Amino acid sequence: MIEYIPYIAVVAMVFIGLYAVVFRRNLIKIVIGITIIESGVNLFLITLGYRGGGIAPIYTSLPAGTTYPEEMVLPVPQALTLTSIVIGVAVLALMLSLVMHIYRKYGTLNVRKMRRLKE
Amino acid sequence: MTPLEFLIEQSPALIVAVPLLGAFLTSLIGRVNEKARNIFALFIVCLTGVLIAILASDVLTSGPRLYVFGAQNLQVPMVRIIFEVDSMSIFMAIITIILALVALVYSWSFLKEYDGLDKFYTLALLLITSTLGMELTGDMFNFFVFLEISCITSCALIAFWITEGEALEAAFKYLVISSIGALFILFSIGLLYAQYNALNIATLASVLQFSFVDKIILVLLVVVLAMKAGVVPMHMWLPDSYGRAPPSVILVIMGATLASFYGILRVIFTLYGEVLTTTMRFNLPMHVLVGWLLIALAVVTIIVGVLMALIQSDFMRLIAYVAVAEIGYMLLAVGTGFAAWGTAYATTALHGGVLHILNDALDIGLLFLVAGAVYYVTKKRLLDDLGGLARTMKYTTVFLLIGLLAVAGMPPLNGFASKFLIYESVYQLNPILAIVAILCSILMLAIFVKVFYAAFLGPQRNITASTGLKEAPRSMLIAMGVFAAAAIFIGLFPNYVLDTLVKPAVSALLNHADYIGMVIGGV
Repeated sequence: MIEYIPYIAVVAMVFIGLYAVVFRRNLIKIVIGITIIESGVNLFLITLGYRGGGIAPIYTSLPAGTTYPEEMVLPVPQALTLTSIVIGVAVLALMLSLVMHIYRKYGTLNVRKMRRLKE
Repeated sequence: MTPLEFLIEQSPALIVAVPLLGAFLTSLIGRVNEKARNIFALFIVCLTGVLIAILASDVLTSGPRLYVFGAQNLQVPMVRIIFEVDSMSIFMAIITIILALVALVYSWSFLKEYDGLDKFYTLALLLITSTLGMELTGDMFNFFVFLEISCITSCALIAFWITEGEALEAAFKYLVISSIGALFILFSIGLLYAQYNALNIATLASVLQFSFVDKIILVLLVVVLAMKAGVVPMHMWLPDSYGRAPPSVILVIMGATLASFYGILRVIFTLYGEVLTTTMRFNLPMHVLVGWLLIALAVVTIIVGVLMALIQSDFMRLIAYVAVAEIGYMLLAVGTGFAAWGTAYATTALHGGVLHILNDALDIGLLFLVAGAVYYVTKKRLLDDLGGLARTMKYTTVFLLIGLLAVAGMPPLNGFASKFLIYESVYQLNPILAIVAILCSILMLAIFVKVFYAAFLGPQRNITASTGLKEAPRSMLIAMGVFAAAAIFIGLFPNYVLDTLVKPAVSALLNHADYIGMVIGGV
């Protein structure tokens, strides 16, 4: 049971984030929602990469007696997560700067009050 | 090894590396001289175009190419990224680079009066890089990374006219939608990796089991990519951003949109091609079900796109809705090709659909450039504020006529060639679909006749001495002329393009075993 908790957390985070994006009207809250979804997906990738008792995949410093490469952790999920975190930061920065410009322009963060693009 | 052989060998990496390097060098050069910067950006795109031409001639003569970053030979599970280029990828790369080249030529005059152009050129080249990367890569995660780069850069470009609230709104909407979409793509990549321990498209395709999770992945990937391609009912961002971005930006973003459409093709034909054509469900082969789902989406897309275009009063937004409908035509052809997998007319449908990708890029691109020229001269967006432009803008009027006839599928222009193939094959699947498609094409013609009448004929409006209406500048006319000439050329000699580019691309899609056979094992 205990090993399923991360996956439950992933699903919960994705749905909380989607809820915030779809139902909240404040732009900042929408941004927060996207960040929560992103953390959920990152958590999913990290959980996938977990291998009980595995060792770091550094070929030059293997402890004596390790069977190679079965006991090593394949670093791909971690690499994916790092890339995704970096991309996430860029998206977050861009979104917040857009929110800033929108606030300067309209003087509000409420989605309902600023909709000019219709149809 | 001669230099040419070396270039051919390294071209898949260079096609992505050259514009990436150029993106950051342009802003450095922009500090010194603005004209030098424009020339340099054009030079970089031309250089990429030459590399693509070299790679294309190689791929078309000697089959798909594999380019490996990292471990060449696999003894242990090593981390590596592969680029896999077949005739479909190279076809898309050619479209992207044509759009990019014309966009840069056009923005020379169009954006002259604005500042901050260093950043514009950097972002545009980055967007070109990411689009080319999406098309050439053979790795799911790499595809996600390029997709995210294209999200970020195109969002920043949509907000080019940052003083207008609508541009900001469109950019924010696009960023929210596309970043959530990209996160779901990442999620499905994680699911694929968890099951098969692989990220290569070819490796994944060879081991795919079509379990329940795989079906969820298929749905997630197709829905997200369809959203990025602007398929109804996920199209809301497209008219907003196309209607509010500068036309030269729209061309580059259109390249990224078409690359997402290419992603759909890659997913259903290559990644899921084997399992979908061999599995049964509800007493029907899976490919019939998926094909008909795509057809349903396509018909809705065509109808909604055309009907919404009918009621628009903003010139660029109107063209954006027509662009939505055009995506529907491509999807209709692809759905037909997939539903009728194995028959002769399925291949015809795919020929039409793939050729229509090129024609859509040229025709819709030409119309956006005309709309941009009108905006440049009059500074007006609404059709009601325009009138009598044909008297002063002779060339632009001719280009608009070519563009509108081509989009509506009138012979002898390029739209006719691809749409005729689509009608012909869709009619054999179900006549009603063909009738809907033809009716919507006629409606498109009606819409553009309205535009032509409202903006270009009739009395001249809103002319003050200060505006002084004149013809668009030369670089914009050259850009429009390139598209118009290409539209006429493909319309007159469709077989030339069909035989050299489209037929190899379609056979690459249909023979997914060739693509899969290139890669054995690997992460």
